[in-house]
Amino acid sequence: MIRTEELQLNMGPQHPSTHGVLRIVLRLDGEVIVEAIPHIGYLHRGIEKIAENRTYTQVIPLTDRLDYVSSMMNNFAYVLAVEELMGIEVPERASFIRIIMAELQRIASHLIAFGTGGLDAGAMTVFLYCFRERERILELFEMVCGARLTYNYFRFGGVSQDFPKEFAESARNFIKYMRPKLDEYEDLLLNNYIFQKRTKGVGVLKKKDALSYGASGPVLRGSGIKRDIRKEKPYSLYDRFDFEIPVGKNGDTWDRTWVRLEEMRQSLNIVEQALDGLPSGKVKAWGVPRMIKPPPGEVYRPIESTRGELGFYIVSDGSARPYRMKVRSPAFSNLSLIPVVIKGHQIADVVVILGSLDPVFGEVDR
Amino acid sequence: MKNPQFIKEIKKKFGKVILDFKSYNDEIILTIDKTSLLPLAKELKKIGFEYFSFVTAVDYQERIILVYRLSSFKDKVNLILKAILPLSDLKIDSVSSIWGGANWHEREVFDLFGVVFDHHPDLRRILLPENWSGHPLRKDYRDEDVVKRKEYF
Repeated sequence: MIRTEELQLNMGPQHPSTHGVLRIVLRLDGEVIVEAIPHIGYLHRGIEKIAENRTYTQVIPLTDRLDYVSSMMNNFAYVLAVEELMGIEVPERASFIRIIMAELQRIASHLIAFGTGGLDAGAMTVFLYCFRERERILELFEMVCGARLTYNYFRFGGVSQDFPKEFAESARNFIKYMRPKLDEYEDLLLNNYIFQKRTKGVGVLKKKDALSYGASGPVLRGSGIKRDIRKEKPYSLYDRFDFEIPVGKNGDTWDRTWVRLEEMRQSLNIVEQALDGLPSGKVKAWGVPRMIKPPPGEVYRPIESTRGELGFYIVSDGSARPYRMKVRSPAFSNLSLIPVVIKGHQIADVVVILGSLDPVFGEVDR
Repeated sequence: MKNPQFIKEIKKKFGKVILDFKSYNDEIILTIDKTSLLPLAKELKKIGFEYFSFVTAVDYQERIILVYRLSSFKDKVNLILKAILPLSDLKIDSVSSIWGGANWHEREVFDLFGVVFDHHPDLRRILLPENWSGHPLRKDYRDEDVVKRKEYF
């Protein structure tokens, strides 16, 4: 009589495929996962507590360090929340610049998710290609604000500086360059037989779970729920742009990867429209005080960041520092789905599924 | 307000426990008595608030206010639910049986504020090490290692 015992396996926190510092304790029956217990917090820096001891302006660079592969989005969400508290009107040109930067950032961030998603399944080439293209976006960012990763570009009432003269042309060149590349990726990865075998029907996320776990972004849309805050409740000037929301059918890993690719296409469209309609004018509102002291109150203004619903819940007591700042990070909620999604799968699928949830631990641990 | 229908329903059913009611545009802010959280949450989920965004807490020194945010995609309404906890009794029912996402968020509030969620399946610290003492996001939290900073403003 053969007796089998459950095996407990520790994956991470230092593991190349956990996309950061995540530890998952896996209980295995042979190769099948019986239970997965994620342990997070290895990158916890207490940003919410630090923010309580900083002035409102000093918090902007802190937000860069949340989701460090899409810093622009964090800047965006934070300044929108404070602007709503203060009642600051943003000049039209500044809003356009913000949208261009945010959408370029979405492409840059999705390129990482898409490329590493392929890498997790063993596709090396698409990873290298994605990083090559991302480099061009980072060059655009460097041209505008001098930084490549932590931009600190947004200000209350606008952005820190206007586009340089050559930006519009470079951005248009990039769009022209990027469009055929996306078709290439589709052939290279999404239509790849091996990749489809590894991802179709793997890590299926049901609609019901996606909703009750507060999943958002490509994870939610991959499960067939058409929800995008840019459309549902347009912030900034997103109501002026014409774009589609890609929605998956089965909620598996392949769908989530496909949604990301499709979103990159839509983002290119938005950037193009914004460049065409870029109005002239100021890039920063007049009359924004140097010392920001919002009236007492609270605000929660979510935006559709790369990973989903990113929002800052800020409570002001009328002083120069936020009384309480809560970061509702999409990756935290998406990652909490791990025990639900990988249960019953084989151990080789863990990294593929995890990659498709696309967690960034700066944001998960804060 | 786009959907006054279900607001009336909630008010009729839970009128006694609702301490405060505000609404603007498509956002509702509801302050409730903490003992009635669970039945209200069940009812809210039934009428369409299926999406659990987050739960967090704000420390007002003599009391802690829990803030739940829920969304209904069907009616396109967002709801902020507030429950007041006096510092002497930091206990409330867990809603993780209703919305799975509450599990981690409640663990975070427990970790950083010390609020205990009754009937939570796995109430452990989530961000801080298990041997950490105190709850850092409380206003009265003091850490000896923190360097005092000069006040400029």
